[in-house]
Amino acid sequence: MPMRYFISFIIFFLLWVIWSGQFDFFHLSLGVISCVLVISISHDLLFQRKNFQKKDITETARFIKYIPWLLYQIVLANIHVAKLALHPRMNDLIDPHIIRFKTKLRKDMSLVTFANSITLTPGTITILIRDGYYFVHAIDMKVAEDLPGEMEERVCHVFMEDSDG
Amino acid sequence: MDNFFLAIALVLSFLVLICLYRAVFGPTVIDRIISVGVVGTKTLLVLLLMGLIYKRMDMFVDISLLYAILSFIGALIFAKYFVRKGVL
Amino acid sequence: MSILTVVLNIVVIVLISFGVFFFATGTVGFLRFPDFYSRMQATGKCDTLGVVLSCTGVALYALHDGLSLGNILVSLKIMFIAVFWFLGGPTATHALLNSAFKSGILPWTKDGKAIIEWPPK
Repeated sequence: MPMRYFISFIIFFLLWVIWSGQFDFFHLSLGVISCVLVISISHDLLFQRKNFQKKDITETARFIKYIPWLLYQIVLANIHVAKLALHPRMNDLIDPHIIRFKTKLRKDMSLVTFANSITLTPGTITILIRDGYYFVHAIDMKVAEDLPGEMEERVCHVFMEDSDG
Repeated sequence: MDNFFLAIALVLSFLVLICLYRAVFGPTVIDRIISVGVVGTKTLLVLLLMGLIYKRMDMFVDISLLYAILSFIGALIFAKYFVRKGVL
Repeated sequence: MSILTVVLNIVVIVLISFGVFFFATGTVGFLRFPDFYSRMQATGKCDTLGVVLSCTGVALYALHDGLSLGNILVSLKIMFIAVFWFLGGPTATHALLNSAFKSGILPWTKDGKAIIEWPPK
């Protein structure tokens, strides 16, 4: 039994206990059955590597460290949008475009994280990822200048793109 | 605090009414879909506040989560459907 | 009413008020922006932060009559709604825009060039 099954089982079972709120034998055994069913279908979702390694733990720790920076960016994004939306001459300020740029990220998890982070940061939304190209809608040219930039470096560092190949 | 929650719930309901403008007069189909999604997020919060007002949080929180999941899946299904049909 | 309750109430009021403020700006942007790509900029971002802030406030207030097991479970559930929306909101935004882009709708622009390469050569 590989390690990743066991750890996914513990995470899912904790979620089950929180959501059900019942601690008798019947409900807990129902929880065990459903967790085993879900893991047998989607065991490769949480940990993508075949064997559970030390890398997975560092990855999780780095991801948790990445979240506060993301929250800070989200607050900035919201203030930016609020300023635009409440500005009386809004039509002069915005200059929307779709921007196409190449990425160096390869893994599915890092592509998804980078796409969600772009959507949550000021003035940009991911539209499409195709063949290593990102299509991003930017609301003016100033916010587009930061892409891909610092955020791609951070995501690259979190998911250790360089060492896995 | 109950009055505060009631006031916030009223403000949110008013925002829902404003959003319905786009659902009715929105120029394209996708404007209407977005409008439904936005109404969904506000309803989620109104449900939570209802739970605080009626002191039945344990019941309303489940309904609220169900509403969040439904509006998320609804948006995904609409997106898939309109790509396949090419209606937009 | 103890001093702790007062502090808790003030924190809850501030959190929920900021959440509703971001909801309101999202709605205003949703009505004012010229095309739906820009409208998604307003709703996709403001709704995410609004839900996260307001759910945090409600989760704190759910703890106000003592730290019993039931209250902590309810509070955790509300935080899970916030986390779920934090992950799901951008995904739903992306899915809708993706379908619109694949259907061949281009955004409203000032100079008529919809797609530009980045970085410019």
